[in-house]
Amino acid sequence: MSVVSGSATTTRPRRLDEEGLPFDDDTTPNPFRAIADPAEVEARMGIVIVGHVDHGKSTIIGRLLADTGTLPDGKLEQIKDLCARTSKPFEYAFLLDALKDERAQGITIDAARVFFRTPKRRYLILDAPGHVEFLKNMVTGAARAEAALLVLDAGEGIQENTRRHAYLLSMLGVRQIAVVVNKMDLVGCRQEAFDAFARDLGAFLATIDMTPAAIIPVIGREGDNLAMRSATMSWYTGPTLLEALDAFRSQGEAVDGPFRMPVQAVFKFTNDGDDRRIVAGTIDSGRVRVGDEVVFHPSGKRTRVKSLEAFNRVAPSVAGAGESAGFTLAQQIYVTRGELATLAHEPQPVTATRIRASIFWLGARPLEVGRSYTLKLGTARVSVHLEHIERVLDASTLESVTDRVAVVRNEVADCVLKLRHPIAFDRAAELAATSRFVLVDNYSISGGGVVREALRVEAHASRSGSGATVALRPGVLWLTGERGAGKSALARWLADRADRSGARVEVLDDDTVGALFPVGASRTEQDLRVRRLAWFASRLEAHGAAVIVAVDSPEDDARRYARSVSSELVEIHLHAAPEVLATRGAARDVIDYEAPLQPELRLDTGRLSLDEAGAEVIAWLQEWSSQS
Amino acid sequence: MSTTIAAPATSRASRIDHLDQLEHRSVHLLREAYASFPQLAMLWSIGKDSTVLLWLARKAFFGHVPMPLVHIDTSFKIPEMIQYRDRLAAEWRLTVIYGQNEDALAAKQTFPDGNVDRLTCCGNLKTEALRRTLSGEGKRYRFDHTLGKYVVDTNREPYTGVIVGARADEEGSRSKERYFSPRSGENNWNIADQPPEFWNQYATEFAPGTHVRIHPLLDWTELDIWEYIERERIPTVSLYYDQGKGERYRSLGCWPCTKSVVSDAKDVQEIIVELKSGRYANIAERSGRAQDKDDGGGLESLRREGYM
Repeated sequence: MSVVSGSATTTRPRRLDEEGLPFDDDTTPNPFRAIADPAEVEARMGIVIVGHVDHGKSTIIGRLLADTGTLPDGKLEQIKDLCARTSKPFEYAFLLDALKDERAQGITIDAARVFFRTPKRRYLILDAPGHVEFLKNMVTGAARAEAALLVLDAGEGIQENTRRHAYLLSMLGVRQIAVVVNKMDLVGCRQEAFDAFARDLGAFLATIDMTPAAIIPVIGREGDNLAMRSATMSWYTGPTLLEALDAFRSQGEAVDGPFRMPVQAVFKFTNDGDDRRIVAGTIDSGRVRVGDEVVFHPSGKRTRVKSLEAFNRVAPSVAGAGESAGFTLAQQIYVTRGELATLAHEPQPVTATRIRASIFWLGARPLEVGRSYTLKLGTARVSVHLEHIERVLDASTLESVTDRVAVVRNEVADCVLKLRHPIAFDRAAELAATSRFVLVDNYSISGGGVVREALRVEAHASRSGSGATVALRPGVLWLTGERGAGKSALARWLADRADRSGARVEVLDDDTVGALFPVGASRTEQDLRVRRLAWFASRLEAHGAAVIVAVDSPEDDARRYARSVSSELVEIHLHAAPEVLATRGAARDVIDYEAPLQPELRLDTGRLSLDEAGAEVIAWLQEWSSQS
Repeated sequence: MSTTIAAPATSRASRIDHLDQLEHRSVHLLREAYASFPQLAMLWSIGKDSTVLLWLARKAFFGHVPMPLVHIDTSFKIPEMIQYRDRLAAEWRLTVIYGQNEDALAAKQTFPDGNVDRLTCCGNLKTEALRRTLSGEGKRYRFDHTLGKYVVDTNREPYTGVIVGARADEEGSRSKERYFSPRSGENNWNIADQPPEFWNQYATEFAPGTHVRIHPLLDWTELDIWEYIERERIPTVSLYYDQGKGERYRSLGCWPCTKSVVSDAKDVQEIIVELKSGRYANIAERSGRAQDKDDGGGLESLRREGYM
């Protein structure tokens, strides 16, 4: 075994005094610095280190830092001094316990970052905690990693957390893994004991479709098989930990897949004299070139890329996965944050309002059937409703339990989610990056998951439904669509079927409010008219009325304003093919109608009869009032 | 005030890849912040890190900086820092806002006045001044580009998103930070209970009365910062370079508590050489900052209460 202290790499002479630096005697240099040398290196690789509490992760990292000469001058001595003063035996783990309350608690509480490098490349080690309470920090670390080290204790073997961590790594998409069997001295450094471990672990990992790149017997405290080959375990011929790290492949970015870019924002800085309208986002997969035809989902709008934009460098002609990009469009179409940009000639994503997903839950409050959450996928946000839990997977045994109505912290489950409006995504089996989402409960990210597939929306009302009635609640039903889409007719149809047991109904269309709110000539006047109407509708709503608005409202901004002033607004988008609109004799609009991105309901009035469209609205309203 | 910026080195492609990787992630975070927080501000200490952050904002928003830059002026900043701030404000058309703890300055509750210790002084002139400026309780002075001087800002809305240039490698407590870190109304940081961050999803939701700190530079090291400054030719304040006296500042703060270090690095390239293989290759960046030493846990006590 190697010598613990006094090695030449950790006790360089300190030069602070000679250099005349102040406060040198109790300076607190930090262990998280990269020690640079001019050697050629690849970009930094993120490695997450996970394992059960007390299995020795921090010790292994501390020892690696010391043995690779990555510690700043004096750090090791400083920690040893502190241990001597407080009468605690020195441990390499203390190097990482940079926070006072960590030392008090004795466990690592967060995914700390540690930078270090080998001659081959630089690493960012994400130290994920083993304590069961802190699983969310492990997820944070693992999600940033290209490879993982799974640490287990030779004296204790495969624990519940070992299995759980391995399963989560596979779900989070970390496919490269090396297993570190620590504290081999507890089993007498015997090869038979190690082989038994390797067998059991390999068998378990195979069930979750993971193959370890290496299984390494080490003694973290002594440094055996970390940076240096162990003399005690000469029977082991595989790689040391450092060799295993260097053997991981940098996965790079998924430039070969179909182009996917969630739109972060559309920038226009007109006030600064800049007329470019730039669609910006980070590319999740694939590439985009100037001239490509892009399609935005779920709106389905399409046009060509006019230019790629950049600051302080020559505008590129192509941008690929991993890049924060920006491009202008050949035509002025209305797109906004939340849409997914794709290329017309490549495989398209799925758009749906009902999905099956695998979810891991991190929240203190359970995930419950019947409750609503916010789902964030890419840059899209949507209110969702947990419809059904198909099965809960016990992450340690991988056995499934059915008939559950809640998923508690640290569990993994397959669930059915109902989305309030459609979003675009890919199935996990096809494109991982755009299948991943998080669930927000009460302001905090409480779970994550991947979409397995889109599901059909089950019909709750008969399509014939002309005899159905509905008890409307106070609120605003906002019908929008191009001229001729059938807004006013549907508004009247709904008003006629409003049940007497519900709220009083007011229809605001051009017939009723035309005189009070005259149609303006310019776009600005029209916009102002819609905002006035929106405010008026919200006042009626506040007095208990169910308000059905059916006027031209081509601007998304104005409709957003309507949503912001109303306490409960349901936006219904009526659309029909241009040929259909033409047959209805509607004057062709010169205005650019901005279709709503996230309406509660979309109805194709070219295909549906008025009765069918009305029945859809009633069915939707009934379903939502039963859920909230 | 800017110093000579050396011509960009013919760096190897691998190094460019690394800086590009950092740049893209930071830009992504800045755009997420901009999309999520209507009352968004960026802290600008005038130092190299927050100036790189400012540059990254110009990258993210294609030459524009669509949020105010907040500077906490302790009144003890080295004068070159203030001149540099106002010069860039005018040249780049920045919305610069500064705030001060005017009560503590009037009552002379400062270390240079000899009335309080270093940590209390930081608490008064930085932490408390920042808290009041962010919440809008304290006066905000905004640079008026027409008048060419600072005027009292009429916007007293609390900032709900605050972009900060903290780096994980600076010292221990910063290695625990999240990219998006929720803080209570009192600026407190609950280290043991932080939100998870994965798959480019961050804590952009926030309860009333709280705000979120955003850290786009978390993954950058001191060396990354200098190499990026060199690559992009970002103007930096001259205090970082040896002006012929054989000394320079490695980290900038208030003059009574910030000491220069011995160095003959006269430009960005020489600093990079010094950091890679020279006398400071193994010495922490903040070793010239006195207040760190008055607190056993590094900056932790200060940071819990809102220090940047």
